[in-house]
Amino acid sequence: MFAEFMQYLFTGITIGATYALVALGFTLIYNASSVINFAQGEFVMIGGMGTVAFMHMGIPMFFAIILAVALACLVGVALQRLAIAPAKNADVVTLIIITIGASIFIRGVAQVVWGKDYHVVPPFSGEAPIRIGGAVLNAQSLWVLGIGAVLVVALILFFSRTLMGRAILGTSMNRLAAQLVGIRTQMVLMLAFGLSALLGSVAGVTIAPITFTAYNIGILLALKGFVAATIGGLGSGVGAVVGGLLLGVVESMTAGYISSDYKDAVAFSMILVVLFFMPRGLFGARVVERV
Amino acid sequence: MLKQFLKWRLSGLIVLAFITLSIPFLMDNPFYFDMATQIAIVASTVVGLNLLVGYAGQISLGHAAFFGLGAYFSAIATSRFGWPSVIALFTGAAFVGLLAWIIGRPILRLKGHYLSMATLAVGFIIAIIINNQSGWTGGPDGMSVPPLGIFGWELSTFSVYKIFGFELQGYVAWYLFSIVVLLLAVLVAQNIVDSPVGRALRSIHGSEIAARTVGVDTARYKSLVFVISAVYASVMGSLFAHFTGFITPAIADFDHSILLITMVVLGGMASPMGVILGAVVLKLLPQFLTGFQDYETMIFGLILMLTMIFMPKGLLPTMIRILKSRLGARAGGDA
Amino acid sequence: MSAMIEVSGLDKTFGGVHAIEGLSFTVDEGQVYSVIGPNGAGKTTLFNLITGFYTPTRGDIRLNGEDVVGLDPNRLAQRGMCRTFQQMQVCMNMTALENVMLGRHLKLRGNLLSSVLRLPSLRQQERDCRDRARALMEFVGCGDYVDADAASLSYGVLKRLEIARALAAEPRILLLDEPAAGLNGTETAQLDELIRKVAEQGVTVMLVEHDMKLVMGISDRLLVINYGRKLAEGTPDEVRNNPDVIAAYLGN
Ligand SMILES: Nc1ncnc2c1ncn2[C@@H]1O[C@H](COP(=O)(O)OP(=O)(O)OP(=O)(O)O)[C@@H](O)[C@H]1O
Ligand SMILES: [Mg+2]
Repeated sequence: MFAEFMQYLFTGITIGATYALVALGFTLIYNASSVINFAQGEFVMIGGMGTVAFMHMGIPMFFAIILAVALACLVGVALQRLAIAPAKNADVVTLIIITIGASIFIRGVAQVVWGKDYHVVPPFSGEAPIRIGGAVLNAQSLWVLGIGAVLVVALILFFSRTLMGRAILGTSMNRLAAQLVGIRTQMVLMLAFGLSALLGSVAGVTIAPITFTAYNIGILLALKGFVAATIGGLGSGVGAVVGGLLLGVVESMTAGYISSDYKDAVAFSMILVVLFFMPRGLFGARVVERV
Repeated sequence: MLKQFLKWRLSGLIVLAFITLSIPFLMDNPFYFDMATQIAIVASTVVGLNLLVGYAGQISLGHAAFFGLGAYFSAIATSRFGWPSVIALFTGAAFVGLLAWIIGRPILRLKGHYLSMATLAVGFIIAIIINNQSGWTGGPDGMSVPPLGIFGWELSTFSVYKIFGFELQGYVAWYLFSIVVLLLAVLVAQNIVDSPVGRALRSIHGSEIAARTVGVDTARYKSLVFVISAVYASVMGSLFAHFTGFITPAIADFDHSILLITMVVLGGMASPMGVILGAVVLKLLPQFLTGFQDYETMIFGLILMLTMIFMPKGLLPTMIRILKSRLGARAGGDA
Repeated sequence: MSAMIEVSGLDKTFGGVHAIEGLSFTVDEGQVYSVIGPNGAGKTTLFNLITGFYTPTRGDIRLNGEDVVGLDPNRLAQRGMCRTFQQMQVCMNMTALENVMLGRHLKLRGNLLSSVLRLPSLRQQERDCRDRARALMEFVGCGDYVDADAASLSYGVLKRLEIARALAAEPRILLLDEPAAGLNGTETAQLDELIRKVAEQGVTVMLVEHDMKLVMGISDRLLVINYGRKLAEGTPDEVRNNPDVIAAYLGN
């Protein structure tokens, strides 16, 4: 009984860490530009599929990962420069459709370049799984959690200690004021997209040895990232992390104890429950709309 | 003369009627009629969705679920319980409307992105339920649906009808029926838009604060338009089910929801003829792209992205604007 | 003369900021009642509290003797309250005339069904509504822009359009938040006249305005606030000679 529970918990936290990173990346872009980026999941896909492709070329795994992450960042920056920036005055829903178009486009390119097959990435290290309370925790899960934690800490330091990080924060709070004090908002926006792609693609590489990766895994992951971010409260970094972990655990428990057919349904019901009872999510800031 | 016609609120409807009703004289291919009928049904759906998205400015990323619910309600009620199609259609619409109202009240309090997320979630949940209740819905394999019966008549694409001595192929009859439905759908939507209700809806998009100051109960109006657009979707779902005779859960899923809202935005928000154009383009585009095989998805995404970047107001409004400035320039040159 | 608005012990805090603190005053029916104070004094916040956009942290607001705390703006509109905004709120997706017609929202009868069927009664009503809106646009001096899209209008015209929209609702009390901001001398003079005409029709007017000439000339009573607190209240003459006001506000 207990072993079973622990097993679901481990699985949930592992996948939840991935959701958390996607949600964080999503929050970054949302805060800097208030764009809902539906192409967020494609960064995850590029992370996994890119690694597979570069390894196929005979590049050692470590470098393949770095190349894949770099590629994702490049795509992120290009997305901002070429698709979002030119349409900055468009309606919210128009921007949503643009990112959906971008997501379909990236998926289409991946399908042409990398094919439609499912792939696995080898685990980062070969250690035997660890047994805790009768449940197994494999080494890759530790990699996922460890790298996730490192990224979150690095992000916190980046935003609190570096000039660039503060510039992003400033821009997200007040674009005009940021411009007035000389922050180059375009630069900041590009950085936000790049960073967000970095988070997504790292999540994609680390989880790839556990789940499969393919050209079309992006969209569902993007949606899960949104669910996590929404549950946590749009725009809140802490919310994104907590929301991601919570979502992962709830999903895994549902799959374990109820039925895996309904695990996504429970995930989406969670959004509704949270929004009905706390309209700004768990950690969303309560602001009085100025008139 | 022409100017006055173009200013008339129903000029678009007349043009639409003219184009759609001349089509049977121009082609005679069951496959084309099948496509055209499907487009007409989906176009009617987005005419309803446009009231919500284009006019009231509220984003729904889950509207296909209402379409799917209408379709499955009709399918199950007619095939399992032997209900007459018309009764099933209206009961289904009432049920979907009620559901939209129940969900809408709390959801529509939410602003902006929270609303999109909530509708997305509702859409997903409904799609998952349809997928998994295979006892009722046949699950991912889908289920077949009997032809549409209208007061003792049976409208089937495979029949041949005799009207005033003319022979009318079933697929042409279905097409004409779907066009009548589309024209009605546009007329009803246009009448709503051109009324105090429509003004209140548009004011919510323009400035919710202004709307509330002059006494518009924005929560009530948002729920109202959410319900109206859901009922549109449900009715069209029912018709779609009877028309194709076979439905799968794909009609309720996220991709379909995205397709529907994309038709609205791509064609031109708050422009009934625009969103119909959006439906035509997005239904036909994949047909043209199949030749590109593996490149299909990529090209589709690219076209979608580029159109929205360079024509953020949508196809038709942009085309009209360009046309107007051309005409204006010429008129100016003459003077 | 009966009290139109009674405010007592009103408080509003945002986080730690006291935007309004312990404010009490009464506006009588038919008055032109102005609220003045330096930037950030809390004037707009006060309007937002009275018109239901914010809920008070503490205190009491009465409209015609009825407690209206917690009522939505649209409920207050039903009780005859309407306003304009410092940060203009115009529907840019509609024409100028439609914006004014929107103001008559509560005066219109009819439901969804009559709209869908486009009943003759509804069409007649729309025609009347259009005529009245047009007349109001003339009244506020933007009759030249009836068919223009709101998005194409200049700032000065939009400001008056907002007033026309508010008047279309036939309010018993009208709140104007800095209506003269951004207007030139001639336009301000027109506005002055306009407010007088509105007041003559028996509408109670609350005015927030920085233009002292306008305020002193037009107001029956003035409320001076600073840091959310009442500094002085009285007729223009009383306020002008109040030493606190001179020291804190008019002095510099
Ligand atoms: N929604 C809000 N959230 C947080 N603080 C607010 C909000 N609305 C107003 N404030 C704060 O309340 C104080 C009063 O602001 P308010 O806009 O009422 O001033 P004002 O007197 O209208 O100034 P001005 O003459 O510049 O229009 C300010 O410190 C402002 O920052
Ligand atoms: Mg103010």
